[in-house]
Amino acid sequence: MGIPMIEIAFRSITKRFPSHIVANDRVSFEVEKGTVYALLGENGAGKSTLMNILYGLLQPDEGEIFLRGKPQKISSPKEAIALGIGMVHQHFRLINTHTVCENVILGLRSVPFFFPAKKAQLEVRALSEKYGLRVDPKTRIWQLSAGEKQKVEILKALYRKAEILILDEPTAVLTPQEVEELFRTLKVMKEEGKTCIFITHKLNEVMAIADRVTVMRQGKVVNTLSPSSTSPEELARMMVDKPVLSVAPKKNVSSRVVLELQDVWAIGDKDLPALLDVTLTVRAGEIVGVAGVAGNGQRELAEVIVGLRKVKRGRIFLEGTDITALSPREIAALGVAYVPEERNIGLIGEMSIAENLMLRGYAEPPFSQGFWVNWNKAEAYSERLISHYQIHPPLMEMPVRLLSGGNRQRVILARELERKPKLVIAANPTAGLDVRGVEAIHELLVKAQEDGAGVLLISGDLDELLKLSNRIVVFFRGEVVGNLEKERWTEEDRRNIGLMMGGVRV
Amino acid sequence: MGKFRIELSLQPKTTSILFLSLVSIVLAFLCSSLIFWFYRVSPWEAYTVFFQGAFGSWYALSETFKRMIPLLLVGVGLSLSFRAQVLNIGAEGQILLGAIAASWVALFSGVPPFLMLPFMFILGFLAGAGWALVPAVLKVRFAVNEVLSSLMLNYVAFNVVLYLIGGPWKGKGVRGFTYTDTFPEAGWLGTIGGTRVPYFTLVVGLLVAVMGYFFLKKATLGFELRIVGSSPKTAQLLGVSEGRITLLVMFLSGGLAGFAGVGEVAGIHHLLRHPSHISLGYGYTGIIVAWLARANPLATIVTAFLFGALISGGDALKVSLGIPFQVVSVLNGLILLFLISTEILSRYRIVWSSSGGVEN
Amino acid sequence: MEFFRRGGKLNIEAILGVFNRALAYGTPLFLATLGEIYAERAGILNLGVEGMMMVGALSGFVVAYATANPWMGVLAGALAGGIFSLIHAFVSITLRANQTVSGLALTLLGTGIAGTLGRSWEGKTLVVSIRPFSETFFAKFPPLMSMIFKDTDALILGGILAAVFLWFFLFKTRPGLFLRSCGENPSASDTLGVNVWRVRYLATFFGGIMAGIGGAYISVAYRPAWSSGMTQGMGWLAVALTIFSFWNPLFALVGAYLFGALFHLAFRLQVFIAPEILNSLPYLFPVVALVFVSRLAFRKKIGVPEALGKPYRRGETE
Repeated sequence: MGIPMIEIAFRSITKRFPSHIVANDRVSFEVEKGTVYALLGENGAGKSTLMNILYGLLQPDEGEIFLRGKPQKISSPKEAIALGIGMVHQHFRLINTHTVCENVILGLRSVPFFFPAKKAQLEVRALSEKYGLRVDPKTRIWQLSAGEKQKVEILKALYRKAEILILDEPTAVLTPQEVEELFRTLKVMKEEGKTCIFITHKLNEVMAIADRVTVMRQGKVVNTLSPSSTSPEELARMMVDKPVLSVAPKKNVSSRVVLELQDVWAIGDKDLPALLDVTLTVRAGEIVGVAGVAGNGQRELAEVIVGLRKVKRGRIFLEGTDITALSPREIAALGVAYVPEERNIGLIGEMSIAENLMLRGYAEPPFSQGFWVNWNKAEAYSERLISHYQIHPPLMEMPVRLLSGGNRQRVILARELERKPKLVIAANPTAGLDVRGVEAIHELLVKAQEDGAGVLLISGDLDELLKLSNRIVVFFRGEVVGNLEKERWTEEDRRNIGLMMGGVRV
Repeated sequence: MGKFRIELSLQPKTTSILFLSLVSIVLAFLCSSLIFWFYRVSPWEAYTVFFQGAFGSWYALSETFKRMIPLLLVGVGLSLSFRAQVLNIGAEGQILLGAIAASWVALFSGVPPFLMLPFMFILGFLAGAGWALVPAVLKVRFAVNEVLSSLMLNYVAFNVVLYLIGGPWKGKGVRGFTYTDTFPEAGWLGTIGGTRVPYFTLVVGLLVAVMGYFFLKKATLGFELRIVGSSPKTAQLLGVSEGRITLLVMFLSGGLAGFAGVGEVAGIHHLLRHPSHISLGYGYTGIIVAWLARANPLATIVTAFLFGALISGGDALKVSLGIPFQVVSVLNGLILLFLISTEILSRYRIVWSSSGGVEN
Repeated sequence: MEFFRRGGKLNIEAILGVFNRALAYGTPLFLATLGEIYAERAGILNLGVEGMMMVGALSGFVVAYATANPWMGVLAGALAGGIFSLIHAFVSITLRANQTVSGLALTLLGTGIAGTLGRSWEGKTLVVSIRPFSETFFAKFPPLMSMIFKDTDALILGGILAAVFLWFFLFKTRPGLFLRSCGENPSASDTLGVNVWRVRYLATFFGGIMAGIGGAYISVAYRPAWSSGMTQGMGWLAVALTIFSFWNPLFALVGAYLFGALFHLAFRLQVFIAPEILNSLPYLFPVVALVFVSRLAFRKKIGVPEALGKPYRRGETE
């Protein structure tokens, strides 16, 4: 073994986005050739941004990247590929109707004119044997599982002679066996002298496979170290460590159960199980926080309760009534409010504030008058809500897409909360909002709690959950891995929750 | 002359939309000069004849109004349809179905005279609506794209008319060009004195435009229609049925087109004849009428008038200068092309940095 | 069905007659469909085929009439269709406007131009049109072939050859693979270095050329005369055929010939059933077929190019 060669060096990389978000703040670290390197952090820590810069999708505002000792400007993925960098994204970029081989050779002029895939088939098979990426080059992408699709993405990079491979949350869609296979592949790549960087929030993976890890938080590098010299608990602390905010005293939580999930199973979009045997309750006057890194089943949880997704097994009860098979409209009519994560579902951008406020109630008294909607009453209602919820600008005719993010959320919350719901499902309600916007939303949620509603707050922001929740439920890979109830949250709680979010059993 | 930058405007102002619409029309006319030149007519002369034919005299104006009526009826129906993102391209055939139904009532149904016109219109509406429901059901049940299915039915309707006028409904003593017998007087629509403008359908058209506007703005179903058209995902969340709305808008737009067809045979021709004389492409022009009006029923009054003027102007070109009537098609196509091309521009605005003002 | 039998034996001549006319009618339909298949496979929905066929038909006739050379006519038709398609390409690809409306506008424009400018040639016929292969040409081949392919001309043969070649090009070559990927997932293709814009422009242009040739064939060979409305909606049939040939040139060829046979049968059966009703059938057929295709495509996951009709801008993912 000779002197370790530095394959990639990040020097003071800084990247700012509009609205003053600093995604990367003077990030510096070095990656040795022939290692497996982990980039660890929560949502929004800046890991994906940094890798997008390395892959040429983004340009840094300050700082430099050095490849094999030489400074490099990487202005496009094409350049990155030419420099030997390959990336496997979370969302695959594959052609569904084409075969594995055809996807691997896409875009390459070096491939023969006639029967381009034929010659490549042998090479692809050789590569897949060597690296333990078992896929038949002749199958079509739509026939493959998520894990197999990922193998194709890796093959794509290897075929283009990638020396550096970036993987963005690679195990998010894999079964435990597939995770083992992936780790074996990474080991082979290491032996071949290739360098792998993978982005993750899962602590056990870092411990299992990484030679070195950089922990990031809010755009900054917290620490760079070797996993063998630390523990998952320490890593978790680095990921989420912050002084605990002063917590609001918890109000009267009644014993009346508003929402109950019993052994619920559901299938996700990619035909993989999204919810596994979930049992969960929310009581009146309680805020239950759902903690977890995005993609661990939270979205499906909300959809299943609200009626947008079918339950495979299990039941859901609203105040004792079985709502498992009801339509979204019926469930809403029974008193369930929903603030969806996707902003353009909850609101209709081109419609006015007044019209958006009417989306729930237009067909019911007092607004519905048979064939017509009583827009006079609707306007009075809108005026009242606009002032009560401080929606700005207070022009009820204004199309909602012109409002700021915070005000748009106020519109949704106004509409949903004014109906005095029994249950409020809020999915990432404060994502992307400024401090004032966040405060406003929090106040509204607490008010709903005080009015006796049960609130299910899904959020990737642990601080937010600690601030507001009476109880926190932790989701990992579609399962409930933790259920804590406290009067006051402590440092230890934060650390434990962080661990659970990363998949470590506590 | 300060420096300027182009930025994405979040709200295209109505004035910029109007301006660009005007630009599209002007550009379309300019391009058509090539055709005038081909016929050795100076563009200036062509424009003059055109405007005279559309607005130059009371008679010309009345011709414009006459042409406006079916465009208005079809246009209102299509604006409802487009608002729901349903592309009904079958208005041409739906017009013909209305004409067929009306002809049957007038010639063969044995309905007492005082009921003749009402029956003609009711049955005509239903016939057009029924014809439109075919692609509608295919879309809702089988996910068949409505553009193709409604379009194909246009050709079928065309042939049905040909069959009827040349076969079972052929008029007595008709040779050469085929057509049916003339309708009894009870099936004739009254016209505004001295002109050939049937006042009934004109009034209905205007009424329907106003009703359509308020329907969209204030009715429960109208609100749901707009929800489905703006954001199908939200509609799903709220439980608004996309299928129901699709059926509704096709029913209405098809019915209105059928109504227009009745108006043509009852008010102008008083018999059933070759389909290309009954509908001068009203079904297709109606699409542009609705599009130019940005699917706003009230605005179709203006756009229908405009395109009515285009048709009567085109008529004048044919009569006075011998330029074939299809030039109207050319103008229509060009206007539509320029409309969608300049739409991109309406999303941007120019910001002059030195003066600090904003200009569109 | 006396038509098919004569004196107890199958009326071979009549059947072959149907076949011949099927080829003749099916060829322009097929050519236009082939062009549309390529455009749609690259992701561009071109509803202006009818307009492009019309201008192709007119320019074909005019040039053939003026030069007494039918092949110049075909060339002119190709050019006219191609230029027209570039308008659609510009509006759809560069301006990213609504492709459905752009296509409709071009159909209006094309039919309008053909109708307006064609008035001067109304009713005229060509002295020199594309002649079918002579008897001597087929003397070298077995008699069965010469019977089947009697009355075929070079373009019909060209159509068959084109079907084979262009099927091969689309599915078995590298550029064909890249073209198809543009229609399925333009952003993935773009990232990997495929020039999506250039591919789409070329494919649309090709579509226009083919539509133009198809139109020219109608006015120069099939019925060497000019009348407005010559194409009779064939452009729309081409769009429909694109769908239920599953965007496959070989299926499209068979489908086009089927249509041709249908049209000819309609002509033959006129004595029994009113011609207009029969003329409607070829337009109902696509609608029925679409019902089946829309369900099959759902289940089989093959068929519609995923990105068909959606404008592409770099940076917009998913």
